[in-house]
Amino acid sequence: MKEDIITLGHGSGAGLTHELIADVFHKEFNLPSLDDSARISNRMVVSTDSFVVKPLFFAGGCIGTLSVNGTINDVSMSGSKPLYLLASFIIEEGFSIKDLKKIVQSMQQSAEESQVRIIAGDTKVVKRGECDGIYITTTGIGILPEDVNLSATNIQIGDEILVNGTLGDHSAAIINARQKLMLDPMPASDCAPLYGIVQFLLRTGKLKFARDATRGGIATILNEIYRETKLGIIIEEDLVPIKNTTKVLCDLLGLDVLYLANEGKLISFVSAMTQEMIGELKKQKYAEGAAVIGKVTDEVDGVYLRNSIGSLRPLRMLASDPLPRIC
Amino acid sequence: MDLRSFRNPKLVRQVVKDLSEYRNEVKIMEVCGTHTMAIGKWGIRKLIPENIKLISGPGCPVCVTPSSVIDELINLEGVTIASFGDLLRLPGSIGNLEQARAKGLDVHTIYSPLEALELSKQKETLFVGIGFETTIPGIAYTISEAHRLKLTDFSVLSLGKLIAPALDALLSDKQIEIDGFILPGHVSVITGTDAYSFMPEKYRVGGVVTGFEPLDIVVGIQKLLGQMTRPQIINEYSRAVTKKGNQNAQAMIERIFEVSNAFWRGLGKIPSSGLIIRDEYSQFDASKKYGLMVESPEVSLAACQSAPASVSNVSANCRCGDILKGKIIPIECALFNSECTPDNPLGPCMVSSEGSCAAYYLYERGYQ
Ligand code: SF4
Repeated sequence: MKEDIITLGHGSGAGLTHELIADVFHKEFNLPSLDDSARISNRMVVSTDSFVVKPLFFAGGCIGTLSVNGTINDVSMSGSKPLYLLASFIIEEGFSIKDLKKIVQSMQQSAEESQVRIIAGDTKVVKRGECDGIYITTTGIGILPEDVNLSATNIQIGDEILVNGTLGDHSAAIINARQKLMLDPMPASDCAPLYGIVQFLLRTGKLKFARDATRGGIATILNEIYRETKLGIIIEEDLVPIKNTTKVLCDLLGLDVLYLANEGKLISFVSAMTQEMIGELKKQKYAEGAAVIGKVTDEVDGVYLRNSIGSLRPLRMLASDPLPRIC
Repeated sequence: MDLRSFRNPKLVRQVVKDLSEYRNEVKIMEVCGTHTMAIGKWGIRKLIPENIKLISGPGCPVCVTPSSVIDELINLEGVTIASFGDLLRLPGSIGNLEQARAKGLDVHTIYSPLEALELSKQKETLFVGIGFETTIPGIAYTISEAHRLKLTDFSVLSLGKLIAPALDALLSDKQIEIDGFILPGHVSVITGTDAYSFMPEKYRVGGVVTGFEPLDIVVGIQKLLGQMTRPQIINEYSRAVTKKGNQNAQAMIERIFEVSNAFWRGLGKIPSSGLIIRDEYSQFDASKKYGLMVESPEVSLAACQSAPASVSNVSANCRCGDILKGKIIPIECALFNSECTPDNPLGPCMVSSEGSCAAYYLYERGYQ
């Protein structure tokens, strides 16, 4: 590794994070993959995630909803049904109990929405200044149905790439809250559980692989998939759903929506879904804005974006994300 | 305004088709990093005929910031540094601000100078004021606010630079052959097109002020090619730019700053190309408050040479200077994409998101 200390770039979910996981954790722990979830038996899946978002409360959610939905989504992407969650809290001395209650209530509500039970947890308090408010770690346990095998190795030339709605909403909400940009309408996080959508896609029989597009956005995931499969990918800029305020924000700050974080969006690889299926998908909760945005193709070697004027440009893995503590 | 019309593929292709009737070799410099990124992002270099060469100029504020600035900031104690994110990975001779932050320096990434002002209400804050005419009015306004609010814990390290004097310096260099300039729309909103009238008058070279949408850029090139025999400054961005510019903003700059000579990394000292804070506002001048030596490149060069190779991130072989002058393009630097990448930038042009090397790395080579 080029750097001898941890920098924020190492936590961004982009290139430097990959380097860190590969060089430090992967080596010592002898992990089978770089994933944040694993199968512990034929049918049991576990996944874990920590949440350090700042601010703690924002339009569309809070650290509590994120910590429950985030882990539910990680478990769901394998096609598993999330059943149980464990939650650990690191709390700063002086933190308001009222706020803590608000966070915990929102966790319970989110868990109930997905029929998941929070069954155990841990609490530690550290001195003022030793953490910033509250950090939460959740671990999810789910059961994988017998006939389900979602994996990047299923992906083939010709498969379509589908998202369930507008991209970048979570980053937009956080940036707006932090920078007090007063965008109108105010951007709200898309924080939501994605289990239902994965199940719908599984029922169509067309789903090959799905991933929740959090930190690093869909561009980072597409690059990971390319690394694994070596199959070319073209995304059509004009098909990418994006809210107008997010677009304004991107133009204002020079950001690219394909790298912004989502907390209620998945990117999925499907084989030839019919128009009826897409119509049905759009009737599902949290999938009203679903759209096919690109395809797997042998036209290119790598991940490319075809922009509005018809030229292709490479969409690379970024070295680091300029926005820390997004989730 | 609906920007989609400026991205209309049919219109863009029509203009590109017209461009192919132009047979002469021409070298056009896009002065500003925002244009460099837009050209890369929209794939315009590949779209236009090969005889029309687009080369990137010095218009990236991070790229022209001397590395001594980073060294001085890293050595500061007891003050919070508020900086635009782009500056964080700019290599100094003893590491960059991101690494310094990991070691304990209090560095905040901000998007607007007013955030730094807010920060200073909690702790003593130094805002690193880099930028061109687009950013400078905001910095000037922030200083006037600090003055109105009688803030004592706020200061600005003024590194603001002016585009027109840099172009003057470039054009006076006989080695540099440029047939025309693509001038930045956003800077010109403030300065007005008159700021460039010396170009055709003194050097017989024309320019086109244009926006950042693909149609703006290709039409700009088309207009530029049309004036080669009678060089002039064309305003292709009249939806935002006037002859005289934004006089309120100019007055705001004038009130807070005075023009000075400035050091541009890669280009050297350029007369009347920088801005220093006027004496009336000197309590907000960080260079005075903390005794910072930021304009002397020799300092960092010496430090750089004496530092062990493992400590120094600035490569002696970095050719950003030649790139900023348009003498070479990034892929002609031997370090490009071998040792120098955005993960491990060896020079300023690779660090900034608007730097030419970063733009070439992202857009102007294949995916691999
Ligand atoms: S590629 Fe790197 S070393 Fe070469 S000129 Fe660009 S920034 Fe400098």
